[in-house]
Amino acid sequence: MKNKYSVIIPTYNERLNIALIVYLVFKHIKGVDFEIIVVDDGSPDGTQDVVRQLQQVYGEDRILLRPRPKKLGLGTAYIHGLKHASGDFVVIMDADLSHHPKYLPSFIKKQQETGASIVTGTRYVKGGGVHGWNLMRKLTSRGANVLAQTLLWPGVSDLTGSFRLYKKSVLEDIITQVVSKGYVFQMEMIVRASRKGYHIEEVPITFVDRVFGSSKLGGSEIVEYLKGLAYLLVTT
Amino acid sequence: MKHIVKIITLLVAITALWIGLLEMSIIPHRYTWLLPIYFVVSLGCYGLLMVGVGLMQFPTCPQEAALLQQDIAEAKEFLKQKGLDVSSV
Ligand SMILES: Nc1nc2c(ncn2[C@@H]2O[C@H](COP(=O)(O)OP(=O)(O)OP(=O)(O)O)[C@@H](O)[C@H]2O)c(=O)[nH]1
Ligand SMILES: [Mg+2]
Repeated sequence: MKNKYSVIIPTYNERLNIALIVYLVFKHIKGVDFEIIVVDDGSPDGTQDVVRQLQQVYGEDRILLRPRPKKLGLGTAYIHGLKHASGDFVVIMDADLSHHPKYLPSFIKKQQETGASIVTGTRYVKGGGVHGWNLMRKLTSRGANVLAQTLLWPGVSDLTGSFRLYKKSVLEDIITQVVSKGYVFQMEMIVRASRKGYHIEEVPITFVDRVFGSSKLGGSEIVEYLKGLAYLLVTT
Repeated sequence: MKHIVKIITLLVAITALWIGLLEMSIIPHRYTWLLPIYFVVSLGCYGLLMVGVGLMQFPTCPQEAALLQQDIAEAKEFLKQKGLDVSSV
């Protein structure tokens, strides 16, 4: 039996990045049966025009454009993309090249070897890493991680990373229960999955901070993070 | 069982142990009284240590940034051949 993979990529103003990442996905998982689902939230920079051009190159059956009229947030973007996924497995990754498609084969391999329901990319083990963070960013990240590990015992080393492969049914099961937004969204997904007893495996990934375009997640992230942690403590 | 319940249970168990020690006075009282303080302090130290060690051993990957630049150049070249216009960013 051959598996099919649906790669869901949410975009907002990723005109250049989406073209680069599509090329790299095709390059690195050539022999695999997959489709790319781009969920674009009405980017004013013309991301959708680029996606249509890519469809001409790679075929409309390989690249699906499933846009939404306006910026409605990441969590619902995944749900929207998931509705259109025809694969047995779903990969979620960012468009901004922080998640490099060259790791896709190791996700797929790990899943096949272990039969895991979720394979999550981790930056904090041997072979993984981060590039482009200043000391403050590293400190926050470490602090947040130690706090979450001590309080939640999640069983995975990288809670806020969002480069993951899911069995489609598993993603459908957990995503509807998740209420958090932003970084906490990724953490809630993996903690809920872990509590439900799903088999989770990790593969090392490296994370290079975005080169093109600008960040869309902002605001008082630390406060949001602490609230999210408290929320997960009492609800999971 | 919600996770907070697990943590509270753990804390209650530790407290019970402590009261037990107080009652039975196996070790002198003046030491037993100090135990909670030691507990909190060592928890704090553990946290700081973990953050510190994590920070010192923070895995970085400068070579990946260079590799990515190569990949980007390669991708751009391919897209140009296919007549895709992505130059305007
Ligand atoms: N469809 C959709 N995509 C979004 C939205 N917000 C962000 N994205 C996309 O989600 C991915 C992750 O967003 P980023 O802005 O890179 O978030 P981040 O990685 O935390 O921030 P950076 O440090 O700037 O990389 C990117 O592919 C974005 O284009 C949104 O509201 N809707
Ligand atoms: Mg990013």
